[in-house]
Amino acid sequence: MSDRALVVVRAGALTTVQDRGRPGHAHLGVPRSGALDGPAAALVNRLVGNSADAAVLETTLDGCALRPRSDVTVAVGGAPCRVSVDGRPVAWGAPVRVPAGAVLDVGPALSGVRGYVAAAGGVAVEPVLGSRSTDLLSGLGPAPLTNGTVLHLGRELAPYARVDVGPQPAPPGELVLRVTHGPRADWFTPEAVRTFTSRTFHVSSASNRIGLRTEGPALERAVDGELASEGMVLGAVQVPPAGRPVVFLADHPTTGGYPVIAVVRAADLPAAAQARPGTPVRFVAVRRR
Amino acid sequence: MRVRVLRVGDDALLVELASGEEAEALHAELLRRRAAGLLGVREIVPAACTVLLDGLADPGRVASELAASDIPPAPPREQAVVEIAVRYDGPDLAEVAAHWGVPEGEVARIHAATEFRVAFCGFAPGFGYLTGLPSRYDVPRRAVPRTTVPAGSVALAGPYTGVYPRTSPGGWQLIGSTEAVLWDHARVPAALLSPGTRVRFVPVGPTESAGTAGTGGPS
Repeated sequence: MSDRALVVVRAGALTTVQDRGRPGHAHLGVPRSGALDGPAAALVNRLVGNSADAAVLETTLDGCALRPRSDVTVAVGGAPCRVSVDGRPVAWGAPVRVPAGAVLDVGPALSGVRGYVAAAGGVAVEPVLGSRSTDLLSGLGPAPLTNGTVLHLGRELAPYARVDVGPQPAPPGELVLRVTHGPRADWFTPEAVRTFTSRTFHVSSASNRIGLRTEGPALERAVDGELASEGMVLGAVQVPPAGRPVVFLADHPTTGGYPVIAVVRAADLPAAAQARPGTPVRFVAVRRR
Repeated sequence: MRVRVLRVGDDALLVELASGEEAEALHAELLRRRAAGLLGVREIVPAACTVLLDGLADPGRVASELAASDIPPAPPREQAVVEIAVRYDGPDLAEVAAHWGVPEGEVARIHAATEFRVAFCGFAPGFGYLTGLPSRYDVPRRAVPRTTVPAGSVALAGPYTGVYPRTSPGGWQLIGSTEAVLWDHARVPAALLSPGTRVRFVPVGPTESAGTAGTGGPS
């Protein structure tokens, strides 16, 4: 019986375990969490023959390195990067067999921010409320990886995909986020609402899994005072007192007291997860479906 | 009960009500409709004066239904009361007593004589915003938040009482501490307090254990 596990050789700046998150507990103050670039995580899972809810690793900018204790099929996707096994280049975005004891190196992102590493069988940390995701806001799920962490893998359920490469979108040079106005657009001046959907913002380096922060023109409020705490959704564009919009990502708080000027379409959030600091951001108003 | 329904993105609604009591009633009614299979929704998140419905297949239809339907008052609370043993020894007792205009020793008596209800949760898993104190006992947040508030701190801010489930930064006024475990993800249910839970704080002396005292009342 082989010891199916990955040993973390180089944890990278921030590498976490992620799956599809733990929706359904927001009323207890539990964020949904989950992979920020869901389609990329789903693709690497498919490439190694995992089910869509298997847990993968999410890296941030500088990749990570892993040593499997037994032969294992892996796939690396999301932010494009160089991938090697014991120093030899191997394919990105395709299934790769890594022999026991060899080092899989997931290099720094050449573009984009978040890389995804799936291993056949999935990362088998203990689920919390039905999910293995690390939630950086509330501390649920496994801690971010550190050097030496041992990640056990589940059983391989299906053969890996017989493909040369899985198609993945390139990280955005300009981030275009479609938004529908409200619920609190009326807390802003008409001028601020126009500014929001006509001017260019830039991704702030203070962005994280909780929110994509922006720099740019300040949005002026029409209503002073405090908004009583209310429920928040994924993609909500909250505007704190300084006036710079923050787009809520997977680890966002479940309630908040700053007005939400608009909500980003869910389909546009994976690109937001791959937008580097400095990337221009435009919010484009669309009709509600 | 008049409700104002705001659209939130493509598949969510924010229902705004006139008061916390109305939000409680709507929350109870929405839970009833969901349990009866009349409402398909991923999240029902009550808050101060709103209820968020997230993950609706047809938000437009639900919005018109809500605007047209009568929301009955919240049904009588049949749930057991959760009793939380508290040592009223917080560092902000004197400040709270000054805000309330009562001697310091009275804070514990007034607080422990109140039946609270979890209006909503947020801030951290298992952190409930408890209402029940009359509005004359509202207190402001601390001007400078603490960088570390110990787990189990019993605290006040605005109209709310809360218990910190884990050590975290916080700006609430600390009046006491408990050994009750507010959140344990290995426990079912993980949260000691969820929206609608009735709560009483039971004062304990300095030598007694301040854990969960247990539950009383009808089950």
